[in-house]
Amino acid sequence: MCQVEEDYNGLECNQEKITVPTLNRKCMKCKEGTAVLIIRVNDAFCRSCFKEYFIHKFRAMLGKNRVIFPQEKVLLAVSGGTASCSMLSQVQEGLSREAPKKLRFVPGIIYIDDGGACGRSAEERQRSNALLKSIFTETGFTYFIVSLEQVFSLPTSVLVPGTSDPDPSNPSYKQAVDQYIKEKQTLTEENVASAVAQLNIEDSAYSPEHKLALERLFSSMKTLTAKEDMLQTLRSHLILHIARENGYSKVMMGDSCSRLAVKLLSNIALGRGAALASDTGFSDPRYGDVVIVRPMRDYSSKEIAFYSRMFNVPSVFISGLDTKTHDKASIQRLTESFVTNLQFDFPSTVSTIYRTSEKLHTVMPPQSQTAEPASKCLLCLCTLDTKVDCTAEYCLST
Amino acid sequence: MVTSMRRSFNATLKCQPEMFPRVRKRGGAELLFDGVKNHHVTLPGQSDPWDMKQLLAWIRGNMLKERPELFMQGDTVRPGILVLINDADWELMGELEYQLQDQDNIVFISTLHGG
Repeated sequence: MCQVEEDYNGLECNQEKITVPTLNRKCMKCKEGTAVLIIRVNDAFCRSCFKEYFIHKFRAMLGKNRVIFPQEKVLLAVSGGTASCSMLSQVQEGLSREAPKKLRFVPGIIYIDDGGACGRSAEERQRSNALLKSIFTETGFTYFIVSLEQVFSLPTSVLVPGTSDPDPSNPSYKQAVDQYIKEKQTLTEENVASAVAQLNIEDSAYSPEHKLALERLFSSMKTLTAKEDMLQTLRSHLILHIARENGYSKVMMGDSCSRLAVKLLSNIALGRGAALASDTGFSDPRYGDVVIVRPMRDYSSKEIAFYSRMFNVPSVFISGLDTKTHDKASIQRLTESFVTNLQFDFPSTVSTIYRTSEKLHTVMPPQSQTAEPASKCLLCLCTLDTKVDCTAEYCLST
Repeated sequence: MVTSMRRSFNATLKCQPEMFPRVRKRGGAELLFDGVKNHHVTLPGQSDPWDMKQLLAWIRGNMLKERPELFMQGDTVRPGILVLINDADWELMGELEYQLQDQDNIVFISTLHGG
């Protein structure tokens, strides 16, 4: 099935693909509207049923997992792409409902401008920052636009996991909740909006030394695989720092099902097998005080692209490190090509990988007598999967 | 892209008038077309109706500025590129066999990282 020479044009291997080329096919849900798209293998939906389905899935994902508490501050990591912008629009949609089922958390938005690592010019970066700023201002949420160069001014505390004690008697958490409730009672809605607007940070300024340091760092890496991995790490640290600094206890990432399937397989190839559950699961508790959640993990790229197009979700396309690169440029790129091509002929590929990933759990190291916490990797903050001495605390990945 | 073929307003069985579909690119696909997102194209008239397969071949030959392998794979679009015909999934319209109508709106959306 997975041979290198196999012809992916679908001539030999389209047993699973069913094409029913009928115009005016009816929606499978309401049976009335004309279907406008097919998702999964053969489910045809009309426009309104698709919208309902999309919105419901988001709410169900949050409701099923119950990790976001009322009044909690949640940072939305937006890259400008369709998935994270769709996530943003779902959050807006969820917060705007009058019904008791309204989402009850306080969102903030963060965008990391990684143009310095990807080789974009200053004008291009300013242009995309401006476009994103206008999108963020529309939402009315607090936003942070931070350039990747800022990562060089982070304190070393970002490399230390915070306390993971979810005990409500934890003073700082309880204090934050009490303080928020008090603030809410004194401020009216307009005051809150204006107070929040003043908190927006656009810290896209960076010093030339940092810019040079970033360029040197990325040019010192020989492979695109290493660069992509490093970019991911630096981005995570920066997001973590901003979240901690501003009291956000959750970060929402816009990784879709398709992207996570690719990430799962690439991470295995990169030697990150032990951390798969945290890297691709719904919630990622490795940082302790800040939990990463992935509410878009149930959506395929197709669903997100269609929703984005049909319901005019504003997004900005920003070139990344691997834009226009060939298939074998990096491990991540090759895996993406492999999974996408396989998905074309076997439409259940991505969902099978996704379902498998749901069954993964992190193995807890056996409780030791000394109650010493397990050593963590310096860069990704996952538990070390290898026994090394104190001088080399990096896990196996590139 | 107007050829010298005569335009026929009587639309006899043999001769098709020129067609003017609109072709749009999203999601990064525009990078392969000099960054231009919207194209209003005129297809030369021909005896048989234009179908998507021919349109794609025409796009490859006339519009694609670079890296054709990032847009097409064989006769069809590369997996990961979605095609919408008049805002509906092309899978519902017969994919490559769909016959183009005048003023059709075709959108290509890339869902992939690399372009």
